[in-house]
Amino acid sequence: MRRFAIPAIAVFVAAGLLVLLAFGVAHQGTSSSIDTSVARGDYPMAPGAHTQLPILGSSGRESLADLRGKVVVVNVFASWCPPCLAEAPILEQEQRRLVKDNATVLGVTYLDNSSDSEQFVQQHDITYPVVRDVSGSFVKGFGTTGVPETFVINRQGRIVALRRYQLAGDWLQQTMTRVLAQST
Amino acid sequence: MTRRDLRNAAIAVLAALVAGPLALAPAAASAAPAPRASLTDIENDLMCTECREPLPVAQSLEADAERSYIRTLIAEGETKSQILKNMVAQYGAAVLAKPPAHGFNLTVYVIPLAILGVGAAILAVTLPRWRRRTRAAARAPDQNAPALDAADAQRLEQELSQFRG
Repeated sequence: MRRFAIPAIAVFVAAGLLVLLAFGVAHQGTSSSIDTSVARGDYPMAPGAHTQLPILGSSGRESLADLRGKVVVVNVFASWCPPCLAEAPILEQEQRRLVKDNATVLGVTYLDNSSDSEQFVQQHDITYPVVRDVSGSFVKGFGTTGVPETFVINRQGRIVALRRYQLAGDWLQQTMTRVLAQST
Repeated sequence: MTRRDLRNAAIAVLAALVAGPLALAPAAASAAPAPRASLTDIENDLMCTECREPLPVAQSLEADAERSYIRTLIAEGETKSQILKNMVAQYGAAVLAKPPAHGFNLTVYVIPLAILGVGAAILAVTLPRWRRRTRAAARAPDQNAPALDAADAQRLEQELSQFRG
């Protein structure tokens, strides 16, 4: 019995390390389950709806749950990212249309410092609310690994459309027209 | 006004032109706080959060933004620890090259020590056992070795005695 003790300990330690490695890799990996569900038409609830995020340039906090009842366009961005820069006017233009329809764009800064984000907001005359996700815990729920990414959430709090990377053409306008028509 | 007065006035104006900026320079320098940290030193403790590479080697736009922000903080006279704290507040704990020792991150510090400990314990148990076994095997006569006949034994003894002197 004693001759098996040391190999048993070695196997136990190796198995433990493998479990730990698998756990770490699973938590680092990207999730595309939201994309798959939305593509199937099986719209998932927006994750982290009750996560209170600090509002950029303010001491207040806001969550998706605070906007329940509105159609929300969540746009994850950073001031240093050129595609974010390119799509900022599209989002602001859409925001001016959305406010009349009980809908809003919600900017979420990610991997960015607050002073650069504030400068970005001022430079592009952004009027929609912007919150900060410092730890990245909110956007990771959406499977976000980079910027920009855009998610459309309906009045019931479900993700009904999404776009990874930069908004192109009139995707946002067409999507919002469809979602707002479904919501009324 | 005499020529001498004119010369004195010209010298006074020249002196004022030269001394003026020199007198203002230390005042201007004292307005900006002296740097209390270096970018190179701080970079070594940080990561590019987007590309997940150490900041000193990262070449992404996000890394450039981080470096620019650090330069601003250095210019404001912040110390290294203040800057690191500020970076965590802005970019989250993921910006640190050495993860904070709590939660799952604790494994980074515990596992190597645990492996070393287990390895040392295994060696402490097995090495004396192996040595004992090797010595015992060396002392014990080899049961499988063919027995020497009388002539060979005599010749072996003669040859060995030559070595013994």
